[in-house]
Amino acid sequence: MKVKEVAEKLGLTVISGANGLENEISMGYSSDLLSDVMGSAQSGDIWITLQTHKNVMAIASLKDLSAVILVKGFTPDPDMEEQSNEENIPVLGTTEDTFTINGKLYNLLNQ
Amino acid sequence: MHFEFNVEGGNFSKAGTASSQLKKILKQLNVDPKVIKRVVVALYEAEVNIVAHAFNGIIYIDIDTEKIEIKLIDEGPGIADIELAMQQGYSTASPEVREMGFGAGMGLPNIKNNTDELKVTSEVGKGTTVEMITYLSS
Repeated sequence: MKVKEVAEKLGLTVISGANGLENEISMGYSSDLLSDVMGSAQSGDIWITLQTHKNVMAIASLKDLSAVILVKGFTPDPDMEEQSNEENIPVLGTTEDTFTINGKLYNLLNQ
Repeated sequence: MHFEFNVEGGNFSKAGTASSQLKKILKQLNVDPKVIKRVVVALYEAEVNIVAHAFNGIIYIDIDTEKIEIKLIDEGPGIADIELAMQQGYSTASPEVREMGFGAGMGLPNIKNNTDELKVTSEVGKGTTVEMITYLSS
């Protein structure tokens, strides 16, 4: 499923990196520990987190992740937003918490 | 092929620069994507370790037809007990670094899992040297 489709179906705000909305999502990975994501996320995963700094995009890019979802209304730092645009990896926003968005995403991706 | 990168201690906005460059280089060299993934994880963690703990460091990368050899030499506090530092969950990172989601004691284990050979040497009060080798064909 494409990032665009997931954003539409789950009502996520596209904050940045809109050029990457056609990226294909394989599965998801939820963690706020960067080394955990570095060690365990798979390429194509969409990453759910509350971390909002630039290193999130460095990891998303190095791991070939499809997009990042920021939970609970968190917004990216300006340099994170900038790098998301440069790397074409969308940052999406939701006001929901991690548990809720994970559940919805899991069901959607497993349909 | 030989490459060198400088790493600035404390500067998280540049953390990952060397890893990102190496990823591009290895892609251009048509290295097996699985190998690229492993090397990138290992180098990123080692790079972040310099940023999080040391004053500065230099990364030396040598690529030949058989392997990728990476040596990271930093000037910093050093590691008193390397065996302890290698344990999953052990970290001496500052609260600020932990707040960013680093410093969970997963970095060195990640490096170990993603390299074929790893050697860490350190002198307290002077610095740490991390040497890692990844073979292009397993």
